[in-house]
Amino acid sequence: MWKWLHPYAKTERAYQLCKTLQPWFWSGALLCLAVGTVWGLAFAPQDYQQGDSFRIIYIHVPSAILSMSTYVAMAVAAIVGLVWQWRTAYMAMIAMAPVGAVMTFIALFTGAAWGKPMWGTWWVWDARLTSELILLFLYLGVIALYGAFEDKQQAGKAAGVMALVGVVNVPIIHYSVEWWNTLHQGATISKFDKPSIAAEMLWPLLINLLGFALFIAAVTVMRMRNEIIRREIQRPWVKALAQKALG
Amino acid sequence: MNRLWHGVVKRELALAYQQKTELVQPLMFMLMVVTLFPLGIGPGPDTLQRIGPGVIWIAAILSSLLGMERLFRDDFQDGSLEQMMLSGIPVSMIAAIKVFTHWLVSTGPLLIMSPLLAMFLNLTVPMYIALLCTLLLGTPLLSFVGAIAVGLTVSLQRGGILLALLLIPVFIPLLIFATSAVDSAALQLPYHPQLAIIGAMLLLAMAVSPFAIAYSLRVSQN
Repeated sequence: MWKWLHPYAKTERAYQLCKTLQPWFWSGALLCLAVGTVWGLAFAPQDYQQGDSFRIIYIHVPSAILSMSTYVAMAVAAIVGLVWQWRTAYMAMIAMAPVGAVMTFIALFTGAAWGKPMWGTWWVWDARLTSELILLFLYLGVIALYGAFEDKQQAGKAAGVMALVGVVNVPIIHYSVEWWNTLHQGATISKFDKPSIAAEMLWPLLINLLGFALFIAAVTVMRMRNEIIRREIQRPWVKALAQKALG
Repeated sequence: MNRLWHGVVKRELALAYQQKTELVQPLMFMLMVVTLFPLGIGPGPDTLQRIGPGVIWIAAILSSLLGMERLFRDDFQDGSLEQMMLSGIPVSMIAAIKVFTHWLVSTGPLLIMSPLLAMFLNLTVPMYIALLCTLLLGTPLLSFVGAIAVGLTVSLQRGGILLALLLIPVFIPLLIFATSAVDSAALQLPYHPQLAIIGAMLLLAMAVSPFAIAYSLRVSQN
């Protein structure tokens, strides 16, 4: 596996890989998001208690789940960078950071919009809301630290350490806040043996989850291409690429 | 090992003694922040007792953020940090001793000052004992975890506010458990579960963070 994987530590190969993957991610994301969102918003049955306003679940839940997965993915990239000294791993990490931060923001925003009709208030200091907010702070910290350095290689390493400190803290934060206060409803779809959501409501949700994941992957790959070009601007292959683009 | 311990501790203490005013500043800051709360919220004894543990802990976190900045700064600027890293002694060990000494000189006085703050905020004696326990276990945790971020930001010109941005979210669990311990003490409930959790976090931080600090110093030294 290493023989196969190792060339992608080189920026040129990583760039080519991103370029190949990008159209697949984009088309998959658009397809899944279109199907899932239209199905969820227009055709899925109404909730017997919440009526139509439950439909925000199709945006809220995927973004909330993926905001956490993206942070874990960042931490994995940081470990790969620290252990094997791959520059591309740091680039992938920092390409993911703003995407994850935006996902966290979407989860918070849709959560607030959902909370208003259901709980009667935009914001409560409930455990999950609070830990999601802290997750946003962790993202912003990593981005701010990366931005503070002139030397981007050094910046990548520093941001990687901070991402790892954060990922150790995420479960601690989660449980501490859980203990501190709980109002949010329990998990609905992770109970695989007998989900407490009807199948015709669940399917569009899963499709949208996949769509969000592909969307994040597509934006990450795009941002990573930009990052590689920006950092490797002096390399011959980038110059050749620019020459070709200019014709 | 013993000689290393003595050498670094002695050096740090001597340096701290030279910079007394700089050490006192975070303490004065903490005292003043705590003073603001009765003025801003009202002097009702019950209100103060209710918010007291949280206020003292938040002030402690803020003032330790201020004081932490000087943990590696001077040694980084005059190059002695680089010499220490070239000396062949494990950087993690030097870092751990430096963090410990820094905790001793910057947080020791804070613990001595804590009865005064408890009195200001009308804390009862059981509450104060719980507060002291959480401060004893919690403030070293602040230093050990914070030192990682200090090591990362030491080469930046204006690391101060960035340090706070990086560390405040990380310190939230500690704040929750510490204030919950004092609240339990106020209700005459046992609070050793909270202390045990803070202690566990401290042990984890003491075991892992020296290596992370050493790595982050190497990143800063480039």
